Amino acid sequence: MNKPLRRVAVFCGLLVIALLVRVNWIQFVEADELRNHEDNRRVAIERYAHPRGNIIVGDKAITGSTETSGSDFKYKRTYKDGPLWAPVTGYASQAFGANQLEALNDGILTGNDDRLFFNRTIDMITGKDKKGGNVVTTLDANVQKAAFEGLGDRKGAVAAIDPETGAILGLASSPSYDPSSFAGNSNKDSKNWVELDKDKDKPMLNRALRETYPPGSTFKVVTAAAALESGKYDMDEPTGAPETYKLPLSTNTLGNEVKGVCEDATLREALQWSCNSVYAMLSDKVGNEGMIEMSEKFGFGNAELDTPVRAAESIYPEMDRPQNAMGGIGQASNRATPLQMAMVASAVANDGELMKPYMVEKLVAPNLNDIEVTQPQTLSEPLSGENAQKMQQMMETVVNEGTGSNAKIDGATVGGKTGTAQHGIDNRDLPYAWFISYAKDPDSDKQIAVAVVVEDASANRDDISGGGVAAPIAKSVMEAGLGR
Amino acid sequence: MSSSHTSTISSVAAPSRRNTELAMLVFAVLIPVFAYINVGLAKEDTVPAGVFGYAAGLGCLAAVAHLVVRKFAPYSDPLLLPIATLLNGLGLVLIWRLDQEPSLTTPTLGGPMAPGQLMWSAVGVGLFVVVLLFLKDHRVLQRYTYISMAAALVLLIMPMVPGLGANVNGARIWIRIPGLGSLQPGEFAKIVIAVFFAGYLMVKRDALALASRRFMGLYLPRGRDLGPILVIWGLSLMILVFETDLGTSLLFFGLFVIMLYVATERTSWIVFGLLLSALGAVSVTSFNSHIGDRVDNWLNPLARSPVNDGVTETAQAMYSFGSGGLFGSGLGQGFSRLIGGIATKSDYILATVGEELGLTGLMAIVVLYGLLIERGMRTALAARDPFGKLLAVGLSGAFALQCFVVAGGVTALIPLTGMTMPFLAQGGSSVIANWALIAILLRISDTARRPAPAPAPSPDAEMTQVVRT
Repeated sequence: MNKPLRRVAVFCGLLVIALLVRVNWIQFVEADELRNHEDNRRVAIERYAHPRGNIIVGDKAITGSTETSGSDFKYKRTYKDGPLWAPVTGYASQAFGANQLEALNDGILTGNDDRLFFNRTIDMITGKDKKGGNVVTTLDANVQKAAFEGLGDRKGAVAAIDPETGAILGLASSPSYDPSSFAGNSNKDSKNWVELDKDKDKPMLNRALRETYPPGSTFKVVTAAAALESGKYDMDEPTGAPETYKLPLSTNTLGNEVKGVCEDATLREALQWSCNSVYAMLSDKVGNEGMIEMSEKFGFGNAELDTPVRAAESIYPEMDRPQNAMGGIGQASNRATPLQMAMVASAVANDGELMKPYMVEKLVAPNLNDIEVTQPQTLSEPLSGENAQKMQQMMETVVNEGTGSNAKIDGATVGGKTGTAQHGIDNRDLPYAWFISYAKDPDSDKQIAVAVVVEDASANRDDISGGGVAAPIAKSVMEAGLGR
Repeated sequence: MSSSHTSTISSVAAPSRRNTELAMLVFAVLIPVFAYINVGLAKEDTVPAGVFGYAAGLGCLAAVAHLVVRKFAPYSDPLLLPIATLLNGLGLVLIWRLDQEPSLTTPTLGGPMAPGQLMWSAVGVGLFVVVLLFLKDHRVLQRYTYISMAAALVLLIMPMVPGLGANVNGARIWIRIPGLGSLQPGEFAKIVIAVFFAGYLMVKRDALALASRRFMGLYLPRGRDLGPILVIWGLSLMILVFETDLGTSLLFFGLFVIMLYVATERTSWIVFGLLLSALGAVSVTSFNSHIGDRVDNWLNPLARSPVNDGVTETAQAMYSFGSGGLFGSGLGQGFSRLIGGIATKSDYILATVGEELGLTGLMAIVVLYGLLIERGMRTALAARDPFGKLLAVGLSGAFALQCFVVAGGVTALIPLTGMTMPFLAQGGSSVIANWALIAILLRISDTARRPAPAPAPSPDAEMTQVVRT
């Protein structure tokens, strides 16, 4: 009986070997995948097992961590002025995951990033608890406050950029939410989350980065830039446009808000009074291809604009002639995020050079060593220096003598453009009030470019216009940016 | 193969290896004690208060077992007892460690399990001692061939009896004994049925092997030879299928095929067995939803539960293994409690091993089981009588199949079937039955290695000397 016995022994050995192979497969080959699987609760447990690093504005942390009990998770995220900073920080919730800076810099904040390996090892040897690094933002607390308070309880968004570097100074969205309200995993947190998620006003939507709007008349800045760059027009030469413009290949006509100033107006006058007829004609003359090219130089059509939080793609699509003419005044299917329109203003203010917007100045280790410092980057040069100077003069005329007078700041150079974007079927809905602008302080050399959009303002329809509703917000944001 | 010396009767006493066994037993006790301290340090930052009681308890059990072996089975295999002790000790530590998790120690889940397990281990070692004391020669068991058959059937039917049986986690394999707790008769049936198979096959092996007709290239035995065993086997399978205990039916079937193969030396049994088991597996899987679910879980271990979109136990176990990685999180520092429920301490205990001791620790445990199994096989090889050979191969084969089915199920190598990892997992019946199994193996190996009485000195020896001049 020994021969079959030996075979059975070999068979049992094979069973054991099969087990050993299998164990090696899941614990060695597949281990990383299993360890980091989204359903593996250990990931979340580990994430909240130590106080998280902070997101910092100026030199103050706008986040914190507090110890919790009664669950797997030891620490909970807290936010100072949650609704004010939510569009910047995003949220980190024990139950609902994380987004925006909290998610993108999770490795640094939890201390798991490979670049913190050395710190972690030292901490382990010296027996210290694991600590996360910090994320230092480029934001300016005063600008952010001015933006958020300026919006008040109206729906809308503000984006503010330093034109010289591209550093984002303000990023406000209203209505907002408090990420602290669902940072834990209690029933109350779930209830708050569900309420926010179902809210028809979408408080968790980051309108400054992630929502696109019809840009309305603020888009005339892009059209004007395209006209100047084409070399066929100059800012103080008559354009030859009629008072009422008949759209090409169409019987529809386009009139102007301010009467009697637009016929044969110059580029400067047409921007000053926001002449639809002039800019629709210019857009048609430049052509769809030219308009697309110019808007893309300003950052439209970039689906991967990472600040590092990715901004939604602003678009100027291919359109037929009548639509393209309407696109020139921002009333066709072209759409832009508030950040995108702030970029337009910033490129003009920065003498034609568009800087890539960013909101993380640097990542620092728990021991305060810099891990990564963001260097300002040129994204493109949509305008020549000379044409940019002309655009500045035109935009300054808008503020000094035109529709944007509400944004005037004494002692500072301010350029701007109003916009009122119709929307809804047959334009029945309340329009969006836009204002884009920049301000430079000759004394302190400070600069700021701002875009403001206010949705469905609850005021009387006639009063809703970029100049009336959005410009005062832009003004207070610019004043904060200039340190006034 | 140089195994001849183990099966040859020699008048020269083989080394008894009892001191080797003692030295290894010291490690087998020390390792779990250090593991126990390790858990305490990880969980509470102090050496746990119970460590002396635990060390004394495990040490006592090991000492008693060793002394009994030294006295009553002096030539038995030196590896079996230390490995069983080590596995039992580690199992106790793991259960105690899981008792520290509040979510696993709620009153509905039965509270802390480690004290009970220690008690059952003591009962198991008690049975071990009883077997070695009273079973002077394993061949005595041959007399009980048909009683074993009846006993196995009774044990298997018991969970089906209304009022006595209990349905736990979808399988009806438990009986409740008032005042004592619940018992899994299948664990004992495993030993008893091996005794029956060994006794029956030893008598009928020649008839089964030789008096057969050739059919399609296979040798099929006559019905009257195979009949009884086929009936018993079929009955046990039927019962187990009704109890939806696929693991145990697989074990019994495998046991049957292995023993038949060894007894008759005919490979056709293997082919036959594989065909039948494939047929059985397919039909059971398609008819039984409980088992069908497990097959689904096995094919997609990480998929979420179709019922409530929750993370399944299978997936949780996989995450445990993956998170453990090469070296594990350290005892007491893992999160295998996420598997939840009562199975964490029994069926899924290997997941805790994998997570907290890592690939290294889990491989060590698997290798320990492998060693135990192969020592059992070696005992079968060394045994001098066919009954001993068959019984040893049956017992170690059953043990091997059980280890493979449980470990393979937990690691999603094969579909999960509810069985306990011998010695390691929580479960009184399992610990007791496996200690008895080890005792029988020790008895067989003792008989095999015991030297024959020295032959009487021959007076003619002098006369036959070659005289050289």
